[in-house]
Amino acid sequence: MARVTAGPVPAVAMRSITKRFPGVLANDAVDFDAREGEVHALLGENGAGKSTLASILAGLYRPDEGEVEIYGRRVEFHSPRDAMEAGVSMVHQHFRLAASLTVADNIVLGDRRAGWLRTSPTAIEEKVDALAKRNRMPVNPRARIWQLSVGEQQRVEILKALYRGARILILDEPTSLLTPQEADDLFGTLRHMASEGRTIVFVSHKLDELMAVSDRVTVLRAGRLIGSVDTKETSPRELARMMVGREVVFKQSREPQDLEGREVLLELRGVSADGDLELPAVRGVSLSLHAGEIVGVAGVSGNGQRELAEAITGTRSRTAGEVLVGGRRLRSGDPDHAIARAVAHIPEDRLGTGVSPSLSVADNLILKSHRRPPIATRGVLRHDRIAASAKDLMHRFAIAAPGPDTPTRLLSGGNVQKVVLARELSSGPRVIVAANPTRGLDVGATEAVRALLLKAAAAGVGILLISEDLDEIMALADRIAVVYEGRLVGVLPRAEADVQHVGLMMAGSSP
Amino acid sequence: MRIERRLTTPRWLVVAVPAASLVAALAAVGGVLLVAGKDPMSTYARLLDRGFLAPGALTSTLVTATPLLLTGLAAAAAFRMRLWNIGAEGQLYLGAVGASGVGLALHGRPAVVSIAGMILGGALAGAAYAIVPGLLRAYFNTNEIITTLMLNYVAGLFITYLIFDSQSYWRDLSTFSSRVFPQGKLLPGDALWPTFNLELTVVPFCFVIELVAAAMLWLYYGSTSLGFEARVLGDSPSAARYAGIKTRRVVVTMMGLSGALAGLGGASEIGDFRHVLDPRGLQQLGLGYAGIVVAALARYNPFAVAIVAVLLGGLTNAGYALQGPEFPSGLVGVLQGMILFFALGGELLLRYRITFGMRQAAPPQGLAVAAPGAAHHR
Repeated sequence: MARVTAGPVPAVAMRSITKRFPGVLANDAVDFDAREGEVHALLGENGAGKSTLASILAGLYRPDEGEVEIYGRRVEFHSPRDAMEAGVSMVHQHFRLAASLTVADNIVLGDRRAGWLRTSPTAIEEKVDALAKRNRMPVNPRARIWQLSVGEQQRVEILKALYRGARILILDEPTSLLTPQEADDLFGTLRHMASEGRTIVFVSHKLDELMAVSDRVTVLRAGRLIGSVDTKETSPRELARMMVGREVVFKQSREPQDLEGREVLLELRGVSADGDLELPAVRGVSLSLHAGEIVGVAGVSGNGQRELAEAITGTRSRTAGEVLVGGRRLRSGDPDHAIARAVAHIPEDRLGTGVSPSLSVADNLILKSHRRPPIATRGVLRHDRIAASAKDLMHRFAIAAPGPDTPTRLLSGGNVQKVVLARELSSGPRVIVAANPTRGLDVGATEAVRALLLKAAAAGVGILLISEDLDEIMALADRIAVVYEGRLVGVLPRAEADVQHVGLMMAGSSP
Repeated sequence: MRIERRLTTPRWLVVAVPAASLVAALAAVGGVLLVAGKDPMSTYARLLDRGFLAPGALTSTLVTATPLLLTGLAAAAAFRMRLWNIGAEGQLYLGAVGASGVGLALHGRPAVVSIAGMILGGALAGAAYAIVPGLLRAYFNTNEIITTLMLNYVAGLFITYLIFDSQSYWRDLSTFSSRVFPQGKLLPGDALWPTFNLELTVVPFCFVIELVAAAMLWLYYGSTSLGFEARVLGDSPSAARYAGIKTRRVVVTMMGLSGALAGLGGASEIGDFRHVLDPRGLQQLGLGYAGIVVAALARYNPFAVAIVAVLLGGLTNAGYALQGPEFPSGLVGVLQGMILFFALGGELLLRYRITFGMRQAAPPQGLAVAAPGAAHHR
């Protein structure tokens, strides 16, 4: 991309930024420009490299190659503080505030100008108050952080950045924790700040919100720059295509299934559940899954997929609705009941939830069967049987580990996932709920995991494949259910689904 | 110098680090002794002699180590699954109350019945007292460190009340002097626990029970479904929930188990040693808190708890025996503190690796834009 030669110097100019992490090329020669006074959205799927790029701009990471210019001057940030002193500040998805301190304290916390002694708290509070009023972000400077709502806490983060003189503000997925009303307020604030000449970099994967707030959009996919477009001249459809990519339809690795007369193994009737912040995350989802069928649940991350998986398998309580397995009701919030009814779960968080990280591979293979014969008889573990089953499963599922006694956290992501799959598939499941089963895995491990799921489906297991990877869903699923903001937007047979159409549904439009 | 997290801990380090910590502590205290004008080597030789080698020394060391071993096991059982029960102190008092109550009530029964009743009474009382904070933790997510600590004071006041401020069943009211100077009822003869006279030493009855308890705790964690659940819950609560483990039940069970061990410590203090509920004596010793030290030094391994308890017991006894004008009375305390200090410091070496090397030089022209501001602030 040519350098800007005419017109004003861009506020941010990043040139062929390359950043590698072990085994991943997060950014591959990416160019990025943002002008003064604009809201510039950075769009991409999970793992597309947008957070990495933003973190490089904010001084959290250093690029392996490429250079960064701020207002036309070359900079090299060694820390977020360097970036802050150059006028670049980042508001993270998860706030970095001290909960027991006041708003004013948090804003001056770590600011070297504040000095060691708190000379005059009232003066600071007045300054903070004036800043808040000028930027239309009402917040009481004397309130303590824990008393504030999530939206208010976010305002404090933004004020903190402004207080330190940020001219360029990066917001990473700023609406992920907000209610729609709070998000609207935030958009108003962002527009106002841009009108004052600030530059806002808005990292998001939600099409509707960046259509509403941004002036320009830069799209990344798989670490590469796809392009930058003016928001006015584009449409959600085009952005979805740029984000999701491929015009090509993948080769189908699965024959169309005839579902006539097959048993319904899993039935969801109006399932609702709250998220971690006790806001509704899953809203009245009804869906059925037949023997031998793979139903893919597609959606942009954070639209209730994780909560849906947990509400089915009992690790999260339902607020309404029923889950039936083979026609019999599953108790809400009782994982053991789901296990007893042969519902296997491949959780999204494989190392913290799918396995107990410090325990050995052998122990993790009996994580769910440790109370039942043959692994335990009258409450006593049978070490001989545990060892034999570990040896067998490690062989059958090609788990590469130094030995069955190796702590599971030392294994690679692919091998950890194989431990989870070995345990879940060997338990004789009728239904498998798999959440992002290949996320973060390399090509080989991804293939192995998908092959195992296909094999299970061929053996008559019903699989609910919840995935943010549309490729994966298009390749594996017989039917595709799309969720948006916790609701089921529609269910399509795979034959009738094309990527762009599904992409639009993922952005909230009806089928 | 950089500190990096170790992914694995070599086996030899697990033994080498505590041993090196002990040597370092002895060396550091040696320095203190030199400054004080004492000869470190002869002081240590005397400690070793009075703690373990002199006639009768090992016996009194085992007597001291006995309740320490149980409170150590109590702490190790709970800490191993990151349940911070620091209430062994109070649970031990309640165990002493339970055991002495049963011992008094079973007066005239055969010794076997009496002793078994005392063991059971002590363990149950300790368990019941620990289950209270266990339930609070499981159902209301209260911080068990605070609740167990507070309950220690409650238990201390309770046993004081039983003997000093009431005419309770435990108080001796039979003579005039005991009515004026309050004291507990002495246990009947058949409630005194036997000892095993070996050639070298006399082993208290409860010491044997404890070795059994240590082995059972080891088996519990390694070879039972319940122990497995405790290990999973200690390592990753979300994995435990995912695996269908009833996490509340595990928390309450483990608190009960930990409390039972501490309560057994109280029972042994009554049955083996005091034969009377003695609030002042019990509270002076601080056996419950010492148990935390024992568990930490033993890295929560039940067998190591036994070894550490005997070592610390010997050190304490030698300190008592040697106290006098020749021997600084605070020395043993200093030495114990130093050993703990070095041992916990040594933990760092088990979990982290320290490497020395030159830091990579930063590129010179960094901070081009920030320079004026940076110069101002630095």
